[in-house]
Amino acid sequence: MTTTEPVTETAVSLSIDGATVEVPKGSSVLDACNAAGVDTPTLCYAENLTPVNACRVCVVEQEGSRTLIPSCSRQAEDGMEIKTDSERVRHSRKMVLEFLGSGVDLSQAPDLQQWSEVYGADPERYGPSAAKIEEEVRIQDELYIRDYDKCVLCYKCVEACGDDAQHTFAIAVAGRGFDARIRTEFDTSLPDSACVYCGNCVAVCPTNALQFKTEFDLRSAANWRPEEQSVTRTVCSYCGVGCNLELHVQDETIVKVTSPNDHSVTSGHLCIKGRFGWSYVHGE
Amino acid sequence: MFSVDPRRTSSAKFADVWLGLNVGTDVALSNTVANHIITNNLHNKEFIAHATQGFEAYAESVSTWTLERGSAVTGVPAEAIAELAEAYATAETAQLLWTLGITEHHNAVDNVLSLCNLALLTGHIGRWGSGLVPLRGQNNVQGGGDMGALPNKLPGFQDIVDPEARAKFEAVWGAPVPPEPGRHLTLMFEGMETGDMRAVYCIGENPADSEADVAHARKMLGQLDMLVVQDIFLTRTAELADVVFPASVGWAESDGTVTSSERRVQRVRAAVPPPGDARDDIEIITMLANHMGADWGKPTSHELWDELRSLSPLHQGMSWERLEAEGGLQWPCPSEDHPGSPFLHGWLWTEDLGGRDPSPFSVVEHAGPIEELTDEFPLRLTTGRALDSYNTGVQSGSMQSPIRYGNAIDLSTADAERLGVADGETVRVVSPRGSVEMPVRVLEDLPVGLTFTTFHFPELVDVNVLTNDAWDKRSGTAEFKAASIRIEKLQPVG
Repeated sequence: MTTTEPVTETAVSLSIDGATVEVPKGSSVLDACNAAGVDTPTLCYAENLTPVNACRVCVVEQEGSRTLIPSCSRQAEDGMEIKTDSERVRHSRKMVLEFLGSGVDLSQAPDLQQWSEVYGADPERYGPSAAKIEEEVRIQDELYIRDYDKCVLCYKCVEACGDDAQHTFAIAVAGRGFDARIRTEFDTSLPDSACVYCGNCVAVCPTNALQFKTEFDLRSAANWRPEEQSVTRTVCSYCGVGCNLELHVQDETIVKVTSPNDHSVTSGHLCIKGRFGWSYVHGE
Repeated sequence: MFSVDPRRTSSAKFADVWLGLNVGTDVALSNTVANHIITNNLHNKEFIAHATQGFEAYAESVSTWTLERGSAVTGVPAEAIAELAEAYATAETAQLLWTLGITEHHNAVDNVLSLCNLALLTGHIGRWGSGLVPLRGQNNVQGGGDMGALPNKLPGFQDIVDPEARAKFEAVWGAPVPPEPGRHLTLMFEGMETGDMRAVYCIGENPADSEADVAHARKMLGQLDMLVVQDIFLTRTAELADVVFPASVGWAESDGTVTSSERRVQRVRAAVPPPGDARDDIEIITMLANHMGADWGKPTSHELWDELRSLSPLHQGMSWERLEAEGGLQWPCPSEDHPGSPFLHGWLWTEDLGGRDPSPFSVVEHAGPIEELTDEFPLRLTTGRALDSYNTGVQSGSMQSPIRYGNAIDLSTADAERLGVADGETVRVVSPRGSVEMPVRVLEDLPVGLTFTTFHFPELVDVNVLTNDAWDKRSGTAEFKAASIRIEKLQPVG
């Protein structure tokens, strides 16, 4: 007869770049790095999604392990000795960032650009002949756009649409090799697919390949000024779930709505009304 | 996950089992589930003996609800009812969640009590992971009730008929609190009809579109000596008003709190300034009071919250600072060192029941919809919401949703063939109260004899002209979920 929430209180102790840290059992090596104050580049990882190990940009070196390990998905264990800044780690992260940058437009992924500088990644060294996607931006409606030139196939959108959040399964990776793309079933238009326009895919996209139409329009008009935007946390005006919203406001106008990943009610995920149903604040 | 719904909704498709019951047979289903649990000896005898009363009479009352009878009345296969009953009774933890499909009936309270019975029967109440969960349809309908926007309650669910509770509020408010309960919305409309309610101050509600039998409701609002409406838009109700106060948007242009389904009080914050002359609801109300000679000053939402905390023990521990820092708190939260309460009714599992009486089973009998199907009106109409729209469309109407199918009446393939109407064809929908014209949407998985429509587009189709305003005398809720209608093919043009 349990009357309270079960709590586990077991810790593991490991070394990150020589410093000992303790984290709760079940934490990842990435959690331990964060606990040790060590920044780690991530791309396909998000705190509200299950790691899919697609990008390998978060790799670290573990004493005694033949290969580098992905820090986002590997569980922290007692006695692990982790190096996050060894030559092998730096070299591997640099290569991953260079390969991504050579084929994909990372211009709207400031985190990745910053890490590319840290590791001296130079995508240009593969020359102009490096394959690029070069597809037209897909604009089907007023809610969000799809720009495949910016897609790094990190799978985050697929996970958010699938069993990490929405359970709609409207999109998956179709095709192989360089022709692999995130697609709806039979590449139908979004309204004809299973898509319910929750926008949770847009919210987790790290490169702006999926982008809110409001942001896209402002960027196209050279009027997207994130440094001037305020972000206010409030609660959605629709149903009784109590999803938290972050209202991004520029020139006294809401330009984008996100949801905080660290809030217990929905961990950053919303539905179509919460994500897109705010236009009446400024409308007729 | 079991989904009980007359329609095969997206939740039903997601569920492991869908029980597509006939509209208005919820008590029959609950009683059949209960009888199956009891006859298979799966009820929680220890819990029943410890924490409940009235089990024998209840068991007797459900004993006639065999699987066969339950199946015949509800339309749900007996195997599915048995599977639900066994799964619920034997689960480690289980919750019953419901929304307006239970409460928008003439016997709404019985429907809810029949579910409470199931929780008492199995002990799925008052502990982590088990419970009864009425899902709220608005972001602050819970908070509205908590704050005393109920005819018989003061803030924090303190009884208005209790002199001690009134005295406490009177001391802080410096004004007498009327000792008699007020009227709920349905009784207000009855008062408008009899003439003893002559003036209405309506804040943030659009009854001229949302009431059942809406033509009647509009007539009542039109007859008032005085109608004041405070809203963010000039709604159809506001168009009828003598005075309109333009209000700011509660969650984006004002500071305050809202309370979600799980009793979680959370902060809303102003992010943008309100347009034109629109003002915060608090400011409008206090200015009005001050103009009428009261001295309410210019209180902030924070100051009002602190007053509420001083009067409502449920909210006492929820300081503004804690609400900011902890991302919301669930009541009861009686002191500042209290973590808030993820679930209620834990006392049922304590040795002395917290000094309370054991929780009673309620004997409830099945009673179908008031409006029976007839040769004249042979189809059942039930109403509800679509994913991308909301109520009468005041908020959601301006969103450009790619998946919005608009206003339409859903009809099963068999009924569409029988009536000779095609998908997209405009028909006349007639109920005993009125008629509207709207297009048909033919759905393969809608049960034969059932029709469905939303009420999101009243400017296009006045759906609530059709709905039945028969209501539950205990809850005041109208039977939106069960009207009888017929569908008439329109004469070909030309």
